[in-house]
Amino acid sequence: MEIIVPIKQVPETSNVKMDEKTGTMIREGVESIINPLDLYAIETAIRLKEQFCSEITIISMGPSKAIEAIKEAIAMGCDKGILLSDRKFAGSDTWATSYVLSQCIKKIGNFDLVLCGERATDGDTAQVGPGIASFLDLPISTFTSEIVRVEKDSIQVKRLVEGGYELLDIKLPAVLTVVKEISNPRLPTLKGKLKAKEIKIPIWGPQIIDAQDDCLGLNGSPTRVVKIFTQKISREGEKLIVKDEDGLNKAIDKIMNYLISKDII
Amino acid sequence: MAEVWTFAEQRHGMLNEVSFELLNRGKKLAEKLNSPLTSVILGYHIRKDDVDELISRGADKVYVVDDKHLENFLVEPYARVLTSLLGEYNPHIFIAAATTLGRTLMPYIAIKKKTGLTADCTFLDIEENSNNLLQTRPAIGGNILATIKTPNTRPQMATVRPHSTKPAFPDRNRKGEVIYKKYNNEIFKSRTKFIKFIKDESQQVTVQDAKIIVSAGRGIGKKEKFKIIDELAEILDGAVGASRDVVDRGWKTYPHQIGLSGKTVSPLLYIANGISGSVQHIAGIQTSENIIAINKDPDAQIFKLADLSIVGDLHEIVPLLIERIKEYKAREVKR
Repeated sequence: MEIIVPIKQVPETSNVKMDEKTGTMIREGVESIINPLDLYAIETAIRLKEQFCSEITIISMGPSKAIEAIKEAIAMGCDKGILLSDRKFAGSDTWATSYVLSQCIKKIGNFDLVLCGERATDGDTAQVGPGIASFLDLPISTFTSEIVRVEKDSIQVKRLVEGGYELLDIKLPAVLTVVKEISNPRLPTLKGKLKAKEIKIPIWGPQIIDAQDDCLGLNGSPTRVVKIFTQKISREGEKLIVKDEDGLNKAIDKIMNYLISKDII
Repeated sequence: MAEVWTFAEQRHGMLNEVSFELLNRGKKLAEKLNSPLTSVILGYHIRKDDVDELISRGADKVYVVDDKHLENFLVEPYARVLTSLLGEYNPHIFIAAATTLGRTLMPYIAIKKKTGLTADCTFLDIEENSNNLLQTRPAIGGNILATIKTPNTRPQMATVRPHSTKPAFPDRNRKGEVIYKKYNNEIFKSRTKFIKFIKDESQQVTVQDAKIIVSAGRGIGKKEKFKIIDELAEILDGAVGASRDVVDRGWKTYPHQIGLSGKTVSPLLYIANGISGSVQHIAGIQTSENIIAINKDPDAQIFKLADLSIVGDLHEIVPLLIERIKEYKAREVKR
């Protein structure tokens, strides 16, 4: 079984500091990491590899620095990687990004499964996984929480939806986007790290993937950003400190009055 | 005349309330553009009452595609039918809800139509002069808002965050046109087979659909203590939420996780118990209408976002609060 995992390098946001005055994120010194939600796709791929002797190819579109992310995935247990990097790719929205990634997958040719993270923590659109499936004209299961069974030419999956799960049978090849529930990502191994250090990651541009220029970057993107602005996140309402029994009762009164005044109860 | 379209989402044969929120959004856009407002509904044995309801909530026209192959959502037939309809009528705007369905279907269609799609919008407007759709959405973990447009291609597509607006109010006297569309079997082909829906009892009220969410973080201490959170949620008819930390520890399952790597929610009331308020959690709750935070640490970040902050021990406060709400409710019933 051949598996392709598209990943994205994103700024580490979980410990991010905010500029209190402007309400924006302080970017200086912020580390670049593999999109945390892509780790679940990588882990899922490695588990399938352990079961079915698969080969896993990591692909990523980004600046040359994104090689670090690809190498980290290889250190976890993936086999090889391809970086899609070219000035012409810059400014791509989800349409153009899905195009480049799907052209790369077409070029690789032989695959059974494309495994993606649910979404990237920076852009937060969740559109590239379904976008790749649409370009490749393949079936897709989004928000996949479990791979129930793998057959020769089909796969049974559970997907997390509002209020429960859907059980689906999908013909291969297919695209899956996975949620956190599917697996627990492993750490890179020493052996993997050594392999990652040695391996050469080829860099592919538009020619190699037979991409049409008018589908790339800003020119190929149907959407335009009009403006970016910040919202004041602070509301800082009333604060009560509970020190003793009296304080406790006052706090409960306060909550009750709040709930009643807002018509909540 | 170019129309404004909304996708009327049904699940298990039930029209989702989010469809009326979309009509509320769509109505404002259609008025500004002086265009008709249209809803599209796909399904099997679609009830006439549901179609009428779409009209009473603001649709001037409803396209209905009723076929047994559309009973459950499958991306291939749904996308093919909609791509065909969009090609036939060329609406200027097409919006759907940012549900698991909308967030799968819309990108699949946008690629085929080679048009722009903006995810999870919280605000929509029409740009003066150009009449382009202005789509505003939170990005980078909700730390910024971006306004995006699709200037050169049509339709302009967006998914809209559930509960980011009120449902359109019904007017039973409204009249509208209903158009039934038929397709041959070719269009319904699918390489995916729907086996069944498995209901998750712990998601009786899901965090995305809930008006009230009672949530807990590491301050809850251990798994067993979650009982008080479950109980408070239950008497408020709310859903139970959890921070990433708590889910990683296995104290609650992933469907309850709120924040950047979980669900983004905007309930009427969010009660954060023992949650410190990491950027990643705050990003998921900041569009909530009311926030009450209970935390031992007076410097917890969550207090910056709260409308009412209680510095104290949740293990003392929550059980007492449950008692008081019960008393209050019992009194209200007697009245």
